[in-house]
Amino acid sequence: MPGITEQHPIFVVEVVISNKVAAKDPEGDVIHRDLVKSHFPQVKSVRVGKSLRFRIEAASPLDAQSLVRRMCDELRIYNPAAHDCQIAPGRLDG
Amino acid sequence: MNVAVVRFPGSNCDLDVVAALGATKGLKPKLVWHENDDLEGFDALILPGGFSFGDYLRAGAIAARSPSIVRVRRLAERGVPILGICNGFQILVEAGLLPGSLLRNSGLRFVCKWVTLRVENNRTPFTRRSRRGEVLRLPIAHNEGRLFLPKDELAALNRKGRIVFRYTNEKGEPTPGKNPNGSQENIAGICNEDGNVLGMMPHPERAVDPILSSEGRSDGLAIFESLAGLSRSGN
Repeated sequence: MPGITEQHPIFVVEVVISNKVAAKDPEGDVIHRDLVKSHFPQVKSVRVGKSLRFRIEAASPLDAQSLVRRMCDELRIYNPAAHDCQIAPGRLDG
Repeated sequence: MNVAVVRFPGSNCDLDVVAALGATKGLKPKLVWHENDDLEGFDALILPGGFSFGDYLRAGAIAARSPSIVRVRRLAERGVPILGICNGFQILVEAGLLPGSLLRNSGLRFVCKWVTLRVENNRTPFTRRSRRGEVLRLPIAHNEGRLFLPKDELAALNRKGRIVFRYTNEKGEPTPGKNPNGSQENIAGICNEDGNVLGMMPHPERAVDPILSSEGRSDGLAIFESLAGLSRSGN
């Protein structure tokens, strides 16, 4: 793989993919209505997402984050028409 | 014997179970809605298959917190026979009435086919008509049927005879090739400590009429006739 050297540390980058705010989220709605609401009325809504955790070699936390952002876009790991994709800066592994 | 078939939003095998019970001498089925119908006065309970609450969160997870589960738990403690089929099994596991977890099939695919099972425990109200070691042919249709238990719990289930069915070949041997979902030790069904609560992934209600089987078999009847307390000759 180009750009990979043995000197760089490994970062963990978390990606959370969820339906766009404007899109309905039936799974989140059912979890809220039929499970959560009656036990914890303080909870006003639930949105469901998918979480992916990448271990990645990079020079810095921000490099790790931008590389994962590029990968998610290029490989269409989320569907930009329907999903929001939140990517946190990398944190050192271990 | 009055048997309640508990319906959740998304249950879809409920009417098949009612038909199978209705075809069994001595059993009177009644559909009950999970939220508001009383379960008192029933001699047995069946949680049918389907996709309760859309399988959201995890299969069976939301139904396991439904108001009816409190009543199901009370009946379980009183020794009332309770059978969970497929999604009903997943609900019983999520409710903690049966141990372990039912995880996504190891092949990551919905598996729909006829399988061979060996009866490991014929002391439950649903298997007493069968012989131990008897081989049954029943269909499965599920995406999350891979039973997983920590090693010590699995050993305890084996020791206490709580494994009721295993997937096997036609000789009754539990081979890896005949395991349709990667379930530990080819387990297809387990029961609680007292034996009155049974969960199984295969669908006996889909195997009560020979016309529905390419082999002309109706092995699912054994489950319902056991409940009715019928002898092997069917009377």
